[in-house]
Amino acid sequence: MIINHPLLGPRDANEFIHLGDESMIDRPDGMGEHAAKEFHEYLYLRDNPAGKYRELWYHEAGDRSWLVVTRDTVTHEIFNVELARDVARSRGRSK
Amino acid sequence: MRYSAFGILKQGLTGNKGWKPVWREPEPKKSYDYIIVGGGGHGLATAHYLAKVYGGKNIAVLEKGWIGSGNIGRNTTIVRSNYGLEGNQPFYEMSLKLWEGLEQDLNYNAMMSQRGILNLAHSDGQRDAYAKRGNAMLMSGADAELLDRAAIQKMCPFLNFDNERFPIKAGLLQRRAGTARHDAVAWGYARSADLHGVDIIQNCEVTGFQMKNGKCLGVQTSKGMIKAKKTAVCVAGASSRVMEKAGMRLPIESHVLQAFVSEGLKPTIPGVITYGAGHFYVSQSDKGGLVFGGDLDGYNSYAQRGNLPVVEDVCSGGMSIMPMIGRARLLRMWGGVMDMSMDGSPFIDKTGIEGLYFNGGWCYGGFKATPASGYCYAHLLATDTSHENASQMRLDRFIRGNMIDEKGVGAQPNLH
Repeated sequence: MIINHPLLGPRDANEFIHLGDESMIDRPDGMGEHAAKEFHEYLYLRDNPAGKYRELWYHEAGDRSWLVVTRDTVTHEIFNVELARDVARSRGRSK
Repeated sequence: MRYSAFGILKQGLTGNKGWKPVWREPEPKKSYDYIIVGGGGHGLATAHYLAKVYGGKNIAVLEKGWIGSGNIGRNTTIVRSNYGLEGNQPFYEMSLKLWEGLEQDLNYNAMMSQRGILNLAHSDGQRDAYAKRGNAMLMSGADAELLDRAAIQKMCPFLNFDNERFPIKAGLLQRRAGTARHDAVAWGYARSADLHGVDIIQNCEVTGFQMKNGKCLGVQTSKGMIKAKKTAVCVAGASSRVMEKAGMRLPIESHVLQAFVSEGLKPTIPGVITYGAGHFYVSQSDKGGLVFGGDLDGYNSYAQRGNLPVVEDVCSGGMSIMPMIGRARLLRMWGGVMDMSMDGSPFIDKTGIEGLYFNGGWCYGGFKATPASGYCYAHLLATDTSHENASQMRLDRFIRGNMIDEKGVGAQPNLH
């Protein structure tokens, strides 16, 4: 697979590490009322779809950036690559 | 028809014209007591033990494709019980004991061959960890031997003992482990289940569950609606996709694991050997091919094929421990879709929905578990209580903090 890095251009997927579901960007509030339940869902439960999937990749052998890759889990085709930072900011996070 | 040496001789002398189909191909009835979704090894084993041991009646196995078309036909055929944790090891030892009597139980040749498994250790720490694991195995009633370097040299002189970084220090040997003919396991269970009256319905895809007031009343299928008192899902590899139809999210990700077979070679590898420094395991099939594999590709996939970087990684692991295989050519390679759970261990449990049961999350260790998985799932279906050997394999173990994390890497499915 080739991941088209937003800053560095097309790179071999071998340079990256796959972490998992993009929902891990949205960490629950540890002090919230339902923190235990929310953290259980956050850490352990997955949608795991067959088809389009948004997931976190880490460019370990490159610029150490975190990316959100939209990829098809049936064909391995990659549709879109964004910086995870930009995705988090677009949801109102400061970084 | 019961198989026997006499029967084979008789058929041989009469032109092999008397063989009959091994199982029926019935149309589904309107309702059953038990519906098992998934006609793989585990589903068929569940049907077999449910009918034979627990006296279940009126059972159907629904299979989307043909039976044995999933992971039961795509694995590297290794059978072993060398786990370390209490939640796992008694279960896998139960499985190995069932394997040892499987062919007599099924009256079917599954080519079970107890040729042993040798896990190599490459550091003092790893040797100590294997000693501990061996003790856990012995306590569960399994066999385990810690071999020193000289004993391994005698057994496997072809290994690379003096690799600068990863010299062989010791090994954990389980002699009762081995390999079995994977397809024959599915066929044997299917035949036995059919003989006990189980309807095996192929080309029947489950497209949804019929729910009423939080209760599962049956399944919608490509062959129409079928009612069931108990619906048992057993579709590892596709667990998330099926359970999603029941509105459940699972602690599972689907990953691809590749496997490889070389051209046929003369007998050279005595049993199953695993490399402790890289991830590489190998055995030699009865036809002479080296059957081997290694790590997951590492990303979610339902593709049943992997990519080249892992091919290189697996083969370099093989070359590192067994340089002689460098001249063997690869005959074929393929990928299978694994239910990778959040702690690397499986589930055999009720769901929150009455009448709906779940078996899955086998990671890449499902084949060896086939008999015990079927037995324990049948126990759960028949009695509504967990079998003692599967009592920790629960869906709610994460929220209770009772993970069965053999490798200790946490909630990271691609590392188990």
